Amino acid sequence: MATKNIMIVGVGGQGTLLTSRVLGGLATLGGYDVKLSEVHGMAQRGGSVVTFVRYGEKVAEPIVEEGQADVIIAFERLEALRYAHFLKKDGALIVNDWRIDPMPVVIGAAEYPEGILKTLEKEHKVYVVNATEESKKLGNPRVFNLIVLGIAAQHMDFTREQWYEVIEKTVPPKTVEINKKAFDVGYQL
Amino acid sequence: MAETNKVIMLGNEAIARGAYEAGVKVSAAYPGTPSTEISEYLVQYKDSLYCEWSPNEKVATEVAVGASLAGTRAMACMKHVGFNVAADPAYSVSYMGVNGGLVIVVADDPGLYSSQNEQDTRMVARAAKLPVLEPSDSAEAKEYMKLAFALSEKFDRPFVYRTTTRLAHSQGIVELADRQEIPDKEYIKNIQKTVMMPVNAKMRHVEIERRNSELAQAADTLSINRVEMNDTKVGVITSGIPYQYVKEAMPEASVLKLGMVNPLPKKLIEEFAAQVEKLYIVEELDPVIEEQVKSWGIEAVGKEIFTVQGEYSANMLREAVLKEELSIKEPAKAPGRPPILCPGCPHRSVYHVLNKLKLHAAGDIGCYTLGAVAPLSVVDTTMCMGSSISTLHGMEKAKGKEYIKDWVAVIGDSTFLHTGVNSLMNMTYNHATGTVLILDNSTTGMTGHQDHAATGKTLQGDPTYAIDIPALCRSLGVKNVAEVNAFDIEALEKTVKEELKKDEVSVIITKSPCVLLSKAKKPLYAAHTDKCKKCGMCMKPGCPAMTKNGDGTVRIDDTMCTGCGLCESLCKFGAIELVKEGDR
Repeated sequence: MATKNIMIVGVGGQGTLLTSRVLGGLATLGGYDVKLSEVHGMAQRGGSVVTFVRYGEKVAEPIVEEGQADVIIAFERLEALRYAHFLKKDGALIVNDWRIDPMPVVIGAAEYPEGILKTLEKEHKVYVVNATEESKKLGNPRVFNLIVLGIAAQHMDFTREQWYEVIEKTVPPKTVEINKKAFDVGYQL
Repeated sequence: MAETNKVIMLGNEAIARGAYEAGVKVSAAYPGTPSTEISEYLVQYKDSLYCEWSPNEKVATEVAVGASLAGTRAMACMKHVGFNVAADPAYSVSYMGVNGGLVIVVADDPGLYSSQNEQDTRMVARAAKLPVLEPSDSAEAKEYMKLAFALSEKFDRPFVYRTTTRLAHSQGIVELADRQEIPDKEYIKNIQKTVMMPVNAKMRHVEIERRNSELAQAADTLSINRVEMNDTKVGVITSGIPYQYVKEAMPEASVLKLGMVNPLPKKLIEEFAAQVEKLYIVEELDPVIEEQVKSWGIEAVGKEIFTVQGEYSANMLREAVLKEELSIKEPAKAPGRPPILCPGCPHRSVYHVLNKLKLHAAGDIGCYTLGAVAPLSVVDTTMCMGSSISTLHGMEKAKGKEYIKDWVAVIGDSTFLHTGVNSLMNMTYNHATGTVLILDNSTTGMTGHQDHAATGKTLQGDPTYAIDIPALCRSLGVKNVAEVNAFDIEALEKTVKEELKKDEVSVIITKSPCVLLSKAKKPLYAAHTDKCKKCGMCMKPGCPAMTKNGDGTVRIDDTMCTGCGLCESLCKFGAIELVKEGDR
């Protein structure tokens, strides 16, 4: 199998680290060699954050480079736009239809781009979900990332049981059920 | 998976595991990205070893030296700039050597993800004549720790173990092993080796030069300095994470992978260079390997085509070495998203007041460095840990006390205890009049919430004496010590104005725990568009939970609001209301 390249992009604090842990656990469970690269420290504080996940027979570098991503999971629209050029030609872009204004926009020094999804759809295979709203329906807005992950799961090589097993191992015990439910919402979309 | 002992580990977790397996008994550290998690993972082995947060890297290194002299394997962990703080013991313990193995783990930050400079630890280690190992993935991270301790004892040298952000914060597969039970070495008094007065240090200098040259010879046959012979048209000397980029972009090339980057294996390098037609040296940051190799008369290409800044990548090699034209799309035009203070951060409230009073701040290292950027725009300087207070003092001595009436120093609680306390001592000693704000959020915030000497808890989770920061300031001779709730903006404004008027040193301690620490149920605020007069007052502090609607009224994102109430206290029209009670 050729190495699979996944990126998770979002805003610091949105739970990209938890999501990457799930993906890392999953690739290990599948018996693959796997490398992940994360962002910690100052960059995490509300900044643009990106996590790379690579799995396959043998993985050398821990990062995904421009033009190489099979799947990009974007937790926010502007971040989807920022990293879309990392996608391969037929790569899948999964976007949480959610807007978080960066500080230059908050203070009026820049404009939040209009029509991001339309721009992206012109060039890429885009799958859109308002996971933040969907997760509020489930009663916990914090589990939105599992909904997005559920959609990504449709473009990856693991069974639902494998996903469940890793979710059980990775998320806090009290939140296992709601996280599995959230995953299902995305998986069935 | 259950029957194997292969697990996926963060580089820093693998370093901690390696230390555990190597039989380390004592570890001391000060948090610093990207090194922090080493200690946080190490603490899980507290039944087998002792680990602590020390107030700074110099102290941490000295603790490790003491443990080594006492005969146990010991280590200290820090980020690259922390190694500067630890330079004093590091340069001299280099002369002393070790008893139990001694390893100083230092994490560099190419690409400046969370640092104030891009210095190369290999340069510092070379200046201190310390040998350096450098792993290139999580599996090596664990194994090299064990090797570092074994070599340290064999050659009687303290070892530097260099990592970078990309290694420290990448995960990879690691195979677990049992802990080695290393018997403690006997302590034998030997002042020629451990008392670095001139007569002894002179002798030790001769001795360590001899040991380092022995080590350099051993490096030629060390298994971690590995030749991967392939196509001989192109040869690459590399180490650490750049090795992975070489393997990714140039799988055909012959590679000499260095696991020990100081001292270099001269014979091995000469032999390798002789076998390949064209030699490249691929190393991030400074040309440490390159300059030595070229000084031996070996022809090689390095920084002529590679940068000394930032991280490398496989694409960079494809373009620079293979001359491939990569069809990479231009990134879309998107407004930047720089890091910001979190919603509900107490620093925002303090900076709002300082901004309102049009003050300048000599800043320091921590989340509160983010007060430099708009809309808060308060911090004028950020250089190194503890420097805010002494920088302000220098300004006063240059231009007089009136000059700093619109200046304050701002420093966090952990940073104050790290090295700020020395600078405050200097102020009272040397007749200063400046005003210092200690932004006390009861934790080491930016590195992810580590305890320190004033939190009342140790790294191992035990309750302990919590240093009383106001009492500490008073004991240093500060007569004006005020404590204010960080969110009480009226009281804070009044206090700052009063203290700035005084011709004496003042310390204002603004108190409120980091918002990410609190597990209490948070209150929630909402904006009423019908009452909103679109004045923009509530938007001034730049809270990321607040957004302007198309018509100029505001809304509050209920997934981000932490209920700090700063916006409510700024709204004169009652348009912002508490809609859900919390536990505070």
